[in-house]
Amino acid sequence: MMKTTNALRRAAQAARSRLSDATLAWGVGALALLGSSAARAVNDLPGGPAVNQVDLHPAVTRIAAEQQWLHNFMLVICTVIFVGVFGVMFYSIVKHRRSKGAKPANFHESTTVEIAWTVVPFLIVIAMALPATKAVVAMKDTTNADLTIKATGYQWKWGYDYVKGEGEGIAFVSTLDAAQRAMSDAGRPEGDNYLLKVDNPLVVPVDKKVRIITTANDVIHAWMIPAFGVKQDAIPGFVRDAWFRAEHVGDYYGQCAELCGKEHAYMPIHVKVLSQQDYAAWVEGKKKELSAKADDPKKVWELDALVARGSQVYAANCAACHQANGKGAGPIKPLDASPVVLDADKNKQIHVVLNGQNNGAMPAWKQLSDTEIAAVITYTKNNWSNKTGQIVQPADVVAQRQ
Amino acid sequence: MSAVLEPHGHAGHGHDEAHAHPHGWQRWLFATNHKDIGTLYLLFSLTMLMVGGILALGIRAELFKPGLQLVNPELFNQLTTMHGLIMVFGAIMPAFVGFANWMVPLQIGASDMAFARMNNFSFWLLIPAAVMLVGSFFMPGGAPAAGWTLYAPLTLQMGPSMDAGIFAMHIMGASSIMGSINIIVTILNMRAPGMTLMKMPLFCWTWLITAYLLIAVMPVLAGAITMTLTDRHFGTTFFNPAGGGDPVMYQHIFWFFGHPEVYIMILPAFGIVSAIIPAFARKRLFGYTSMVYATASIAILSFIVWAHHMFTTGMPVTGQLFFMYATMLIAIPTGVKVFNWIATMWRGSMTFETPMLFAVGFLFVFTMGGFTGLILSVAPIDIQLQDTYYVVAHFHYVLVAGSLFSMFAGYYYWSPKWTGVMYDEARGKIHFWGSLITFNLTFFPMHFLGLAGMPRRYADYPMQFADFNMVASIGAFGFGLMQVYFILFVVVPAARGQGAKASQKPWEAAEGLEWEVPSPAPFHTFENPPKLNAAATKVIG
Repeated sequence: MMKTTNALRRAAQAARSRLSDATLAWGVGALALLGSSAARAVNDLPGGPAVNQVDLHPAVTRIAAEQQWLHNFMLVICTVIFVGVFGVMFYSIVKHRRSKGAKPANFHESTTVEIAWTVVPFLIVIAMALPATKAVVAMKDTTNADLTIKATGYQWKWGYDYVKGEGEGIAFVSTLDAAQRAMSDAGRPEGDNYLLKVDNPLVVPVDKKVRIITTANDVIHAWMIPAFGVKQDAIPGFVRDAWFRAEHVGDYYGQCAELCGKEHAYMPIHVKVLSQQDYAAWVEGKKKELSAKADDPKKVWELDALVARGSQVYAANCAACHQANGKGAGPIKPLDASPVVLDADKNKQIHVVLNGQNNGAMPAWKQLSDTEIAAVITYTKNNWSNKTGQIVQPADVVAQRQ
Repeated sequence: MSAVLEPHGHAGHGHDEAHAHPHGWQRWLFATNHKDIGTLYLLFSLTMLMVGGILALGIRAELFKPGLQLVNPELFNQLTTMHGLIMVFGAIMPAFVGFANWMVPLQIGASDMAFARMNNFSFWLLIPAAVMLVGSFFMPGGAPAAGWTLYAPLTLQMGPSMDAGIFAMHIMGASSIMGSINIIVTILNMRAPGMTLMKMPLFCWTWLITAYLLIAVMPVLAGAITMTLTDRHFGTTFFNPAGGGDPVMYQHIFWFFGHPEVYIMILPAFGIVSAIIPAFARKRLFGYTSMVYATASIAILSFIVWAHHMFTTGMPVTGQLFFMYATMLIAIPTGVKVFNWIATMWRGSMTFETPMLFAVGFLFVFTMGGFTGLILSVAPIDIQLQDTYYVVAHFHYVLVAGSLFSMFAGYYYWSPKWTGVMYDEARGKIHFWGSLITFNLTFFPMHFLGLAGMPRRYADYPMQFADFNMVASIGAFGFGLMQVYFILFVVVPAARGQGAKASQKPWEAAEGLEWEVPSPAPFHTFENPPKLNAAATKVIG
């Protein structure tokens, strides 16, 4: 008897473990299938989004902490009211059903009740508005900044100018990493900082009040860093400002937050917060680098060198619309065999590049240096099927700027 | 042909045959009957719902995984823009006008709308507008791609489809204004004797107030888009800073229209739900007077809150504070309405046929959207959430789970009157639960995405956002499938007359003059003003 029972027990155990093995195998298989499509597994990005993040980013500034507090405060109140009100409703749904034999009551109005449930919510709303008011006033106070930086939104990148404070005079453009942009087109995204990596991050010192002045070159953009609690529209022709005081060293990320055209998703913001010493070192290094790179607009260039330089400028600025093959697409005019490009009068093309065309559909590129504009025009005049042999020198561009 | 309250002798019917009940394509092209025009509006909006839905599925298909798989970013921006424009102007607004056309004359005991021919024009204007709007995809450069809000100066860069879109919106605006005039004149002048304003169904009140909102703000939208048009082509620089213009002024003008617009899209929903809950709780609507005042308060307040869409544009402190306070205030009359609906249910005797399921579902899910709206109204929080998926979640909760669910509720409630047959209750329940679950699957994760900082109108995104996007996309396809199910297995059979014959009043505790006429409602009803009981709910004698 015992032997049979034991045998039975062992058989049952074996069967169960086979079943659980099978379930395990199916489960893992399913997960693997699901996971294999997201096989490029991703981790949290410190200073940026966390995987499956469900709340605001941990605060790096007092303002962000205040926003987080306010949000939690609102959530708690709303949840309590929600549970209360719908608890009553679900109770009613269960108890006051005809199938349970409930008979309908007769009441259909009560002034007292109406007053009560108007006044009480009114008081709750006032309670919500009070701490919020404090935060609004604090967020708007951009006075007494230690460092002032202008952030200009372009289609489709950010330009930073250090306007006042340590680092004054430094200026550079910050563009999404080209390899990541190509990954997007190819449908093969990769990396914890996918679509957040730039060539030149904005660098600021820790524990200093940084005032960000926003403006734009073409359409409305918006500059945001969730970790700082900052978001400000960048409006062409106008200046706005916002401020932050980062309390921790690190890398922080944001993205453009106002629809600005086709590359709206591809103009991220990367702010590097450094210790005071590291920041001072960076400022020195950057100033040296920028003065070394600065082009002399009086220089007379050889064709090959200028074309080579122009090809870089083209890739960074023009290829997004006019395509690497110069053929454009849809309303975007081709440059290959373009009459403006082939024209013997160089000033025609210089004019278009400097001032734009078609209400800004072709934007103005005044912000590029004379050398860069001269190089890219020369490149277009001597690339693809265009073989004009023309050279546009930086001095030609300087002349047209008058 | 007089449409007002004149006795219609039988002798005259010989030569009136063609008018009495027209047939064929002429019946529809020259329709002046409020029921036919209501049907036309509803069919039109159902079609546009499907078109807008396909665009949404295009968006969600692309966002299913990070990286670009299906569309390029320009096309993606066109999809998001057109999804918004088509749903707002092609699906939600005309559907509510369809409900108004069908139900308002019936509910007030009038024979038809005040201006029957203008009614026809209001509807047929929508067809060329829709053709232009949808056809803009095929114009050079594709459809407009500046977001449904059409902010300047981005709109100045768009191709010719922007002009087509502007023209289409002008036409739709004219249609709405004419329809609203019709509704106001009808309600104020053609109520049956004894039906005072404070005795008419709440659905008529909500539409009366909505009609005033429409007349007030559609011209403002027309102004904004006309200025955009002249900036694009006629040398003005209203919004172009290069000429001294101000892009933010566009936003002020647009949102002065835009905020009342969203209340235009929800007030009729409140009216529908206010008819259904009392019917299925077998208990009168609680606090009728309060509900009327609450609706009017919401409408008036809606004019002074517009800049809560602009908290990040850089307005001064006083502005931020004012708009924050005013917006938070709207929560109060809205809350009052929710409490009144629940008080209607309380100690009622409820059954949960499909109209009630959708009405209660509306109550639950719309209120969630209301809470996220309250959270967004707190300006410091809005700075984090503006232009992120949190906003997308909020407005889909109030517009889909709000407006659309109320329309489904209204369809199931009134379709026996329209078609003469009962819908299949099991299928209605499948439609409800399927829609509720897939809707939440689609839009709830978006709250998390927004809190985590994922911006809107993005064709591609950092990989940490992938899982929630995948869930949302799966939910979206499920939701779309449920609506296809609704059309094929609920609407089409009813249109074909398949189903149990509907009685005059299939809902035992329903109240209203629409239940005093046969099902389906005859072509002409209340040709003579009916004699009403004291409560103006029944026809006597």
